[in-house]
Amino acid sequence: MDLSFSPQEEAFRQEVLGFIAEAKPKLPQKLGAPEQARLSKDDYLIWHRLLFKKGWVAPAWPKAFGGADWSVTQRYIFSTEIAKAGMPTTLPFGLGMVGPVIIAFGNDAQKKKFLPRILSGDDWWCQGYSEPGAGSDLASLRCRAVRDGDHYVVTGQKTWTTLAQYADWIFCLVRTDPAAKPQEGISFLLIDMKSPGITVKPIVILDGAPEVNEVFFDSVKVPAENLVGDENKGWTYAKFLLAHERSALASASRSRAALARLKAIAKAEQLDGAPLIRDPDFAHKLAALEADLMALEFTELRILSQEAKGEKVGSESSILKVAGSEIQQRVADLAMEAVGYYALPNDMSLGDNEAVGPDYARGLAGRYFNLRKASIYGGSNEIQRNIIAKAVLGL
Amino acid sequence: MDFSFSEEQNLLRNSLSRYLADHYSYEDWRKFTASPEGRDPRHWRQFAELGLLAAPLPEEHGGLGGGAIESMVVMEEFGRALVVEPFVPTVVIGGGLLMNAGGALAEEILPKIAGGETILAFAFAEAQGRYNLADLATTAKKQGGAHILNGQKSVVLGAPWADTLIVTARTGGARREPGGVSVFLVEKGAKGVSTRDYAAMSGLRASDVGFENTPARLIGEEGAALEPLEKVMDHAIAAHLAEANGAIARLMAATTEYAKTRKQFGQPIGKFQVLQHRMVDMYIAQQQALSAGLMANLKLGDTDGSRAVSAAKAAAGKYARAVAESAVQIHGGIGMTGELDVGHYFKRLVLLETLYGSPDHHLRRMARLDQ
Repeated sequence: MDLSFSPQEEAFRQEVLGFIAEAKPKLPQKLGAPEQARLSKDDYLIWHRLLFKKGWVAPAWPKAFGGADWSVTQRYIFSTEIAKAGMPTTLPFGLGMVGPVIIAFGNDAQKKKFLPRILSGDDWWCQGYSEPGAGSDLASLRCRAVRDGDHYVVTGQKTWTTLAQYADWIFCLVRTDPAAKPQEGISFLLIDMKSPGITVKPIVILDGAPEVNEVFFDSVKVPAENLVGDENKGWTYAKFLLAHERSALASASRSRAALARLKAIAKAEQLDGAPLIRDPDFAHKLAALEADLMALEFTELRILSQEAKGEKVGSESSILKVAGSEIQQRVADLAMEAVGYYALPNDMSLGDNEAVGPDYARGLAGRYFNLRKASIYGGSNEIQRNIIAKAVLGL
Repeated sequence: MDFSFSEEQNLLRNSLSRYLADHYSYEDWRKFTASPEGRDPRHWRQFAELGLLAAPLPEEHGGLGGGAIESMVVMEEFGRALVVEPFVPTVVIGGGLLMNAGGALAEEILPKIAGGETILAFAFAEAQGRYNLADLATTAKKQGGAHILNGQKSVVLGAPWADTLIVTARTGGARREPGGVSVFLVEKGAKGVSTRDYAAMSGLRASDVGFENTPARLIGEEGAALEPLEKVMDHAIAAHLAEANGAIARLMAATTEYAKTRKQFGQPIGKFQVLQHRMVDMYIAQQQALSAGLMANLKLGDTDGSRAVSAAKAAAGKYARAVAESAVQIHGGIGMTGELDVGHYFKRLVLLETLYGSPDHHLRRMARLDQ
């Protein structure tokens, strides 16, 4: 039993802190407070490119493909420190989703063509999974790909596609064999967003931002060389990707950083002439939330130490998704509550850096509404509970 | 970063869990908790022989040189088997206060604790004081070379089994003032000690204890006991969190097992999604409680140790209650009976939730430690 990190790991932490100190002045300030920022494509890419230059943009990728090839503990230290410093995360669609799938299942030509441009940020990827009729029941997807000589013809619709408006490429689950059982007729296809026949239509979500999109495919020609792995084996790759998505460690460190900002707000806000944080009711809620967060941090550390020892961590990590998203939502809820009436203005009607009340209040209500997504995406929390019931409890 | 136990710790756990499996069955438990004495004293002697009473104590006083992790291992196994023996009051609290004070008293009592020759109970609660250790109406005055104790203590767990009491009393200062709190060692057979014994939840026994001009021996420094007390209470809470985790593990296993075998509407009830999700919530609470317990034990003694203990106590209390109430619900009618062990684990967890401060008390302490 030992909570400390090894001298090598501590040295690595110092290296990360050094890099952060160097990088921070180069970043626009709004990147440090995600609940307030409205980020453009360039905003997202500034941080991505700084990390790329340093060789740190793909912590988990093997060195051979341009990754940092860090141990799970190093990755944990890195994500925790950048969260603590208020730095943004990189977007997962290329680095954390399609990249690992191509590394694991793609051919050499695909690795050569796609991986370097994911790393450099030259290609922006989006995820073509959900459809209007296929949400939690993803395997019922219907977007059709028909083989025609040296290419596929894709017709159908994807939806909830995050930031597709910026995307150069989309990785899609498509149905290649409608006669087979749902899971057995799916393929994993990489599609150029500039292909004729693709239409992207924004969907404005509860915070007023067009964060997601509908993507329509009308007889889109996709070269057959863009098929990853084998035809009709796409479900295997999709599951691999979902497991990657689920087990993302150190999300608690993001909630920790948001909680620190919430505490600062509660110190600045007043109730009956005293700081809100001194109000017994508010302090009580804050402490209860933090106590749950502290337990979650240790749950993460326990899973981390298992992984670091090379033990296989299975569906147990689904609890990180469930508990982590619920805590994220509670922090956002309490932050909205903390600013009282200044949660009410519709910030989307204001300019980028404009606020009606104090600066820190900007975007907090939007953040609360936006984060309702956290218990829906990546396999809804109910789907996660199904997974745990079956795989962990054996029910 | 390593959450694995040492070889010695695994050995301690294995020998204890084997002993409990062989000699501390639920059937036995029901018999001896219903007997007039309420316990089987042979177990305490066996615990001494297994070395677990000595495990967390220092070697110079007859201990084996372990610490909080050893207590955690012991208490987790105790929780799993619903053990009633007073390890925490005797070894963790008594041992902790004496280790902290040092001197002749430590030299005299610690080896007896390690050898299983004494059982201590911790008399701290008073009717008006709730969870505040400093809110004391019991007083002690120096008379000649010794102290004389007067007052009343409430719900002293394990007191009917103890030969010696550890008693908090005020030697100075106003009620609730941090200064002026002292701790004493009192022979239960001493002059002026009166007890009213009764049964408490989950097989435990307790007493309300009165002192009338009772001679007492001071542990540590007079009037300066609050700080060491708080420290030792952190250790006690951390150990009880491990006990709760043992009990939670038993409830979790019993409930999933029952859900797989109990059939209604022609299928095992564990096939119903509404119950599956309820059991997953139990599982998440179990994992979070396990994390809280580890956090508390591993952070003991750190600068933010007390805050971590309070956070863990508050969070784990909530998790434990969620697991226990669901365990009874999913067992249905049979879960309401005293025949099945489930209800007794439930009661142990509710008792532990209140003991040494309710979740609300510890959330307030967390907020106070922030300021």
